[in-house]
Amino acid sequence: MGNRIALTGNEAVALAMKQIAPDVVAAYPITPQTEIVQIFSQFVADGDVDTEFVTVESEHSAMSAAVGASAAGARSMTATSSNGLELMFEIVNIASSLRLPIVMPIVNRTISGPINIHCDHSDVMAIRDSGWILLFGENAQNAYDNLLMANRIAEHQDVMLPVAVNLDGFIISHAVENIDIVANEDVRDFVGDYYPEKYLLDEEHPLTMGPVDLQDFLFEHKRQQIETLKIVPQIVQEISDEFAELTGRQYEFFEKYKLDDAEIAIVAIGSTAGTTKAAIDNLRERGLKVGLLSIRLYRPFPADAIVKALSHVKAIGVMDRSESYSNTGGPLFSDIRAAMYDAGETAKIINIIYGLGGRDITVKDLENVIGRVKEVQDSNQIAEKVIYYGVRE
Amino acid sequence: MATLKELSTRAGKFSGGHRLCPGCGAGIITRQVLAAAKNPVVVGCATGCLEVSTTIYPYTAWNTSYIHNAFENAAATVSGVETAYRALKKRKKFGLEDTEFNFIAFGGDGGTYDIGFQSLSGAMERGHKMLYVCYDNGAYMNTGIQRSSATPLGANTTTSPAGKVIPGKTQYRKELTDIIAAHYIPYVAQASPSNWKDLTRKVEKALSIDGPSFINILSVCPRGWRTPEEKGLEIQRTAIDSCFWPLFEIENGVKYTVNYKPKTKRPIEEWLKPQGRFKHLFKPENKYLIEEEQKRVDNRWEMLLQRAGEI
Ligand SMILES: Cc1ncc(C[n+]2csc(CCOP(=O)(O)OP(=O)(O)O)c2C)c(N)n1
Ligand code: SF4
Ligand SMILES: [Mg+2]
Repeated sequence: MGNRIALTGNEAVALAMKQIAPDVVAAYPITPQTEIVQIFSQFVADGDVDTEFVTVESEHSAMSAAVGASAAGARSMTATSSNGLELMFEIVNIASSLRLPIVMPIVNRTISGPINIHCDHSDVMAIRDSGWILLFGENAQNAYDNLLMANRIAEHQDVMLPVAVNLDGFIISHAVENIDIVANEDVRDFVGDYYPEKYLLDEEHPLTMGPVDLQDFLFEHKRQQIETLKIVPQIVQEISDEFAELTGRQYEFFEKYKLDDAEIAIVAIGSTAGTTKAAIDNLRERGLKVGLLSIRLYRPFPADAIVKALSHVKAIGVMDRSESYSNTGGPLFSDIRAAMYDAGETAKIINIIYGLGGRDITVKDLENVIGRVKEVQDSNQIAEKVIYYGVRE
Repeated sequence: MATLKELSTRAGKFSGGHRLCPGCGAGIITRQVLAAAKNPVVVGCATGCLEVSTTIYPYTAWNTSYIHNAFENAAATVSGVETAYRALKKRKKFGLEDTEFNFIAFGGDGGTYDIGFQSLSGAMERGHKMLYVCYDNGAYMNTGIQRSSATPLGANTTTSPAGKVIPGKTQYRKELTDIIAAHYIPYVAQASPSNWKDLTRKVEKALSIDGPSFINILSVCPRGWRTPEEKGLEIQRTAIDSCFWPLFEIENGVKYTVNYKPKTKRPIEEWLKPQGRFKHLFKPENKYLIEEEQKRVDNRWEMLLQRAGEI
């Protein structure tokens, strides 16, 4: 077994990358991801890992090189944040459409403008419809564990899709935590080697990748991608169960916290889930039946399982750390509402948009938020569908 | 240099049946370049005419491994392929320890001089062992003949149209070959499929080098140049004989060699005249542009000869 050490989220991610030792890493620095690149460079410079590290001149080239390396047959990774992710956006979509199992930690930071280096989820939400598998976690341990599972998920022969492992900028990436580390040999055994079926460097079988795909075939290829996403949750769970056998840490599509007997639920993504748990504990002491659903697998969206977990609650507050500029609330809110509506659920659902540009959200704030959801439950009415919490009006 | 017989056996790496226009330079260049490669090749191709015309699913004209990623990132993509090769060879995967591959990126002038410039510069600076080939037809042909920074002065394109007050493109083309040479990479050259021996030797040389190389190749586009399909290489020869497109090479950023000196330099009009895109330049009010272009070409030729120690 491994041991327990104090690491920041970025250090934990860099360590996981070292333990995975992909064939190729191509990455470009951007706050708050920068440390990952620096630490990994040092590992390479010291001979602690024999990965080939490509110091590209931009994120666009980082993803382009990752695509080239992955298509060639290599296990390839990159990492980014914010504007870096937006710069690589074009190739993010190409990576998934080429069915390349690239793995990418995203240290979530707001996207410009205005420019701001702090956490929100506007970066990753801009790629939520890009065909990537998106994993989230509430702390550095989750980021580390998700990353160790990511290659297995991405490279599963029935999947072959890229995976992004998200961690909140600064809040997770720069905070020190005690983390349970998996021993190097266990990581090696668990992650295993990558031998793709088709790859460019196969001398005997030359391969054309990225052809022009016109009206007569493109739709079928997109359909295949969509069909694959339908089986992804099951495979994510199988691999998570295997990881639990190794580490004792069990991951599901989402984490339920005091949810089973709750009348009110909060749905959150990222570090705010941890803060919400503290608020729930406080309010439970005062007799409020409140629980949390913290999303881990966001794309593909495990709608049925989420509905099942929320079906008994009367009021739900969905926490979005980004906007969708639709006048209908944030992205997670849309997803949850669509899922609940489709299932004929009648719980009242409101949206809380919070923390944009890194604005702090405290336990007290979450108690207030839960109070607002309680008002909805009590009145059985939605006075305000989208609450912009913590903003000066 | 490889014999003609050898070249002919290797020409099958790029097959016919693609959908490039008749007389397109891009196909001729691709065939010549690939025939000069002794090893198995992985090609990366930028979006553009060559790409859209050669891989219409479920068909492919490429008998080598091939990847198209996007418009501006052929160099970065091949950087990734080449790095993967080194990584996998080092780790003794796929039996690669016993194989030698060549890595060749193809891009049009748009994908190379303009939108892919950063990606190319980055790849050259990092030193990947790859050959980047620009087939320069002097405009964005695939999207319908828009001007690029490689479009020659005065050319009529759909975004630099010859109009009532503006006589086509008002800027000179940029000398990308010099700019890539300024990366001080081992090998940079300019070539033309009309001079196939020179081109073949250059590709062989580029591929024999343990580092990055770049060859800029003039590529006739009958559609965009408004030239007869069967006259392409003849017209390219006038580009060389007028010194509009000198054949030269630069080693390590400093060692210039001029590979071909016309016995008598042909006037620039001979290059311009057969091309419909320059037709308006022959109106009396636009003749000054021809003179300017002549001066520019003369100065550059002299500069090249000087750098090559020829004068
Ligand atoms: C990011 C992006 N911008 C624009 C385009 C549209 N586009 C496709 S090919 C092309 C021009 C290609 O020109 P060039 O590189 O000179 O190649 P050619 O078509 O002349 O062979 C353009 C503008 C694109 N595919 N991607
Ligand atoms: S438009 Fe020009 S460059 Fe494009 S295929 Fe036709 S001849 Fe070739
Ligand atoms: Mg062009």
